[in-house]
Amino acid sequence: MWKLIVRRTFLTIPQIIILSVLVFILAQAMPGDALTGLIDPSIDPATIEAMRERLGLNNPWYVQYIDWIKGVAQGDFGQSFRFKMPVSELIGGRIINTLWLSLATLVLTYLIAIPLGITSGRFNDTWLDRAITGYTYVGFAAPLFIFALVMLFIFGFQLSWFPTSGSVAPGTEPGTFAYFMSKLYHLLLPALSMALITTVSTVQYLRSEIIDTKQKDFIVTARAKGASESRVYNRHVLRNSLLPIAAFFGYEITGLIGGTIFIENIFGYPGMGELFLSSISLRDYSVMTALVLLFGLAAIIGALLSDIILSLVDPRIRIK
Amino acid sequence: MNNVLLDIKNLKTSFRIKDDYYAAVDNVSLTVRKNEVLAIVGESGSGKSAFAFSIMGLHTRAKIEGEINYKGNNLVEANANQLKKLRGSEMGMIFQDALSALNPLMVVGAQIDEAIFLHNPKSSKSMRKKQVISLLNMVGIPRPEKTYFQYPHELSGGMRQRIVIAMAISNQPEILIADEPTTALDVTIQSQILDLIKELKEKIHAGIVLITHDLGVVAEMADRVAVMYAGQIVEIADVYTLMENPQHPYTRSLLNSIPTLSEVKADLHVIQGVVPSLQNLPRTGCRFASRIPWIEESAHETSPELHEISPGHFVRCTCYKDFYFPEQAKEERNYVAN
Repeated sequence: MWKLIVRRTFLTIPQIIILSVLVFILAQAMPGDALTGLIDPSIDPATIEAMRERLGLNNPWYVQYIDWIKGVAQGDFGQSFRFKMPVSELIGGRIINTLWLSLATLVLTYLIAIPLGITSGRFNDTWLDRAITGYTYVGFAAPLFIFALVMLFIFGFQLSWFPTSGSVAPGTEPGTFAYFMSKLYHLLLPALSMALITTVSTVQYLRSEIIDTKQKDFIVTARAKGASESRVYNRHVLRNSLLPIAAFFGYEITGLIGGTIFIENIFGYPGMGELFLSSISLRDYSVMTALVLLFGLAAIIGALLSDIILSLVDPRIRIK
Repeated sequence: MNNVLLDIKNLKTSFRIKDDYYAAVDNVSLTVRKNEVLAIVGESGSGKSAFAFSIMGLHTRAKIEGEINYKGNNLVEANANQLKKLRGSEMGMIFQDALSALNPLMVVGAQIDEAIFLHNPKSSKSMRKKQVISLLNMVGIPRPEKTYFQYPHELSGGMRQRIVIAMAISNQPEILIADEPTTALDVTIQSQILDLIKELKEKIHAGIVLITHDLGVVAEMADRVAVMYAGQIVEIADVYTLMENPQHPYTRSLLNSIPTLSEVKADLHVIQGVVPSLQNLPRTGCRFASRIPWIEESAHETSPELHEISPGHFVRCTCYKDFYFPEQAKEERNYVAN
C-alpha cells in the first residue's frame, strides 16, 4: 500500500510541471509585460528596451520560464504592482484565511451530507427522503452567489447575527482566545452559505450509493448471519457507501476553490479568492499567476488525497 | 414424525407490484426433517429462492402468510428480534454467488468471526479466531491462517463458496438452506462443494433445504424432492420415486430435457415458453397448462390440488394422467391423418 502511495505521489510531479508551464504560457500570452504598467510613459523607449533586455524579458519563453520557476521554487512570485509588495507576502496573509474558510466549509459539508445522505438512502421513498431530495434539488438549482447574498442579507444585515465583512474584528490581539473566536465567528456565515449549497451533490451521491449498496447480496448475507438492522447499516452499508464519497473528496476541494472566489467577494472576506478577482480587474499579473498556480496545486493535491484515501479504505485498489 | 424440524403450511409470499399483491410462493406446504436433504427444483422464476428467503425471513418488502412452524413457534408471526436470533445460529444460509455474498471490504476471517460474534457476543476474540480457523479447516481451506486475512477478491470462486459455507455452519445450524450453492461454479468445483455439503450433513446433522435447478445435483444429493412451478409445488416425492416414476408433466418434461449418452435423439426436448411473470400468472386452473397446449383442457382440474398417488408421492392436477410428449405422439397423429 505504501508503494502505491509513493507511486501516486511521484505522479503529481509531472502534473505540477505541466501546470506551471501552462500557467506561465497563459501569463505570457496576456498583452503587455511587467514594464507596461510600471513605467512613466514619458521615459525614452530606448531606455525601456534596455531595461527589458536587462530584466531578461527578451529571452525566449523557456529561458524566462526557468528564471520564473527558479524564483517560484524559492517562494518568490515577484512583486504585486498594486500593493507594491512581494506577492508571496501578500498571499501569505490571505492563504491562511482561505484555508480556514475551506476547512470550515468542508467540515460543515460533511456534517450536513452524511446524516442527510444516510437518512435519505436508508429510508428512501418516504416523506423524509422526499424532503431531503427536495432540498438537494433546490441546492442544485440555486446559484451560490445568489444564495450567499440572500444569506448575507438575512443573517448579516436583517438579523445582525453575523458580521457582514472581514475575517476578524478590528483591534483583537492575534494569538488570544478572543481572536480565535472572532475569526471563527467571521467565517461561520460564509462557510455555512457555501456548505449548504456545495453539500447537495454529496448528499445525492451518498443517498444513491446507500440505496445501491443496501440491495447488494452481501447485505442479505449480513442479515442471514443474524445482524440487526442498525448493525447492517452501520457496519456493512455505510462503509461500502462511503468509498465513492472518499473518492469525491478531491473534487470537493476543486469545487471549494471556485466557491471561495464567490464567497470571499460577497462576504468581503480577505482570502485568496477575493484577492484573485480584484487582481484580475486591476491586471495585477504576478498575483494572478501565483494564485492560479496555487489553485491548480490545490486541485492536484485534492486528487492525490482522494486516491490515497481510497487506497486506504478499499482493499481492492491496493496494488501488490 | 418427531424428527420434523420445519413444518411449513400454506406459505404464501406475495410482492407488491403497483397496487396489487402477487404471490411468488403460493400455498406451499412442506416439512423439513432432521438429517435429510430436501431438494427444491424448478426453473428460474418458479419461486424457489423466494421460498428460501421466506423461511429465513429475509424478505424486506413482501407479504408473508401461512405458517412456518419451527420448535413450536410460527416464524411468520415472529418479530424481527426473534428472527434475528434464529438467523445465522439455528438457520444458516448458503448463497448462490459467493463473490457478491461476501462483503468486499472485510477480510473473510472477520466475516465468519462476525457470524459467531453475533450469537455469542461474550466470546473472546482469540477463542473466536480459533473457531474460525477450525471452521476454515473443516470446509477444506488449505492455509486457514493466511486465508483468514484475505479479502474475497483474492480468493478463487470455489474458495469463496467454502467461506460462505463456513459462515453458514459457524453456529451449527439445525436448518441449512443452500440456495443454488453450485450454480456459479465450474463442474469440478461443483462436485467438490457438493461433497463438502454431504460431508457436513453427516457432521452437523442439519436438515438441509437444497435449492437448485440442476437435476444431476438432485439425484446426487437429495433424499426428497419437491418440484416447484410458478410458485406452487407440483410434485413431491422421495428422490428414487421421482427419478424413476415422475408423474407431473412438468417433472417429466424437466427429466426429459436432460441429454443422455445411452439414447440417440435428434433433438433435445424443450419445454415451450417460459414461466409466466408474476403479474401474468393464471390465477385459476393448472398453471402449467399454457406450456403443454397439446393436452386437452378437460384433462386439467379447475382448481388443481395435490393428489397423493402413493405414500409420500404427491402430484398436482389431474393432467398427469393424460400427459404425453408431442414427439412420441407424432406417429399416432400421422396415423390418424391418414
